[in-house]
Amino acid sequence: MTYKERIDGRKFDETRPIEAKVGVIKRADGSAMFKIGNTWAYAAVYGPRNLHPKFLQNPEKGLLRCSYNMMPFSSTGDRVRPGGSRRSKEISLVTQKSLNPVLNLEEYPNSVVDVFIELPQTEAGSRCAGICAASMALADAGLDMKDLVCAVSVGRVDDKLLVDLDYSEESYEDGPVADVPIAFMPNINKISLLQMDGEVKKEELMKLIEMGKKACMKIYEIQKKALKDKYKVEV
Amino acid sequence: MTKIQIKDKEISVPGETLAIGMDVLPGRGTYRDGEKIVANRLGLAMVDGRTIKLIQLSGRYAPKTGDTIICKVIDVGFNGWRLETNSAYSAMMSMKDATSQFIQRGANLTQFYDLGDHVVCKIVNVTSQKLIDVTMKGPGLRKLRGGRIIEVDPNKVPRIIGKQGSMVMMIKDATKSNISVGQNGLIWIDAEPKNELLAINTIRKIENESHTAGLTDKIKGYLEKKVQK
Repeated sequence: MTYKERIDGRKFDETRPIEAKVGVIKRADGSAMFKIGNTWAYAAVYGPRNLHPKFLQNPEKGLLRCSYNMMPFSSTGDRVRPGGSRRSKEISLVTQKSLNPVLNLEEYPNSVVDVFIELPQTEAGSRCAGICAASMALADAGLDMKDLVCAVSVGRVDDKLLVDLDYSEESYEDGPVADVPIAFMPNINKISLLQMDGEVKKEELMKLIEMGKKACMKIYEIQKKALKDKYKVEV
Repeated sequence: MTKIQIKDKEISVPGETLAIGMDVLPGRGTYRDGEKIVANRLGLAMVDGRTIKLIQLSGRYAPKTGDTIICKVIDVGFNGWRLETNSAYSAMMSMKDATSQFIQRGANLTQFYDLGDHVVCKIVNVTSQKLIDVTMKGPGLRKLRGGRIIEVDPNKVPRIIGKQGSMVMMIKDATKSNISVGQNGLIWIDAEPKNELLAINTIRKIENESHTAGLTDKIKGYLEKKVQK
């Protein structure tokens, strides 16, 4: 059986429905929500604030700390055990590395910017949703940044190239599957995250990256609108 | 050929191109990238003559020289006090900046400012590593006794103060209270309990409606109505 059309009837280069909102957590310095299909991410930013333990302080630039956390009943499979795991530690790290290039942390020496990403429900593409939410929350926190970061996963299912894989596509069993999360900085026009799980040919990967960039531009418009909507009355 | 790509007072997001051309200059909150002037903050973009600047709308307090702030004493050392400034960095107040009184060598400094005391002070210097020096010498700079301290968004402090202090004067007169506004977003209020509550509510109202035009008149009406009751 070959993969002819997507299970939920989307076009091959179409993302799931997206919803974004800024300023959802009142006590945080900056916060945002990003929903893509059934994957929901909430991000809260605290800081720049005093950094402890003190040996982590860097007099040349501030530190960005990210935490990615899936809530216990967020996934469709087994209950996620609360607390950190090997997976969440890795995703926290790649989130931090994908956000670092846009932040001008030299403005905040010896301090820390904390980003907490919580996922109340997930269905594939959670690290990308987390990055999208975190980048909006960082902007909302009034931090000095060069650009926003947009992220989406692209991939191959059987012989088709797709944008924004959902769980059923990621776990497709009748053919090879590749999953490639991409984070893209739309104004700088550079990629800040590129991971791959599965098998894909070089030409296919190049094509996937182009598809991902295009989808990221659409996500960028949604992020921009969400940020501007928070202050809509002020214009 | 210069092309300004935004309307005046438009909200801009980080990375957004504000103008293209070499005859416009990047102001606060913006930077130049080749021909382009790009926003590096979320804020209100303004065209001011040849410069394009961004007014920040959110975020924590960033210490600036000349700001009058309200601080809490968090440590007392041999030759000064360490103060909490409601930002990522703490400030240092040396003995000679603290008081004009003579301080005996080896004196216990807690008799001037003890742990937990709040003071109104002025930033005299901020280094590139964000070391902050403050002074208590100047008009209106003092230790705060009694009263209550509330926290507001530091980006809305200019609205709470008003033009030449008109807004805060109005609240002071209407509620017969004593108010000190720190640019770091801490406000000290001292009044009768009922008036204190009114002053706090008024400040919260200003904070929530800071973006609307004609706010001073609106607050005037609000205060008159509340005081009559």
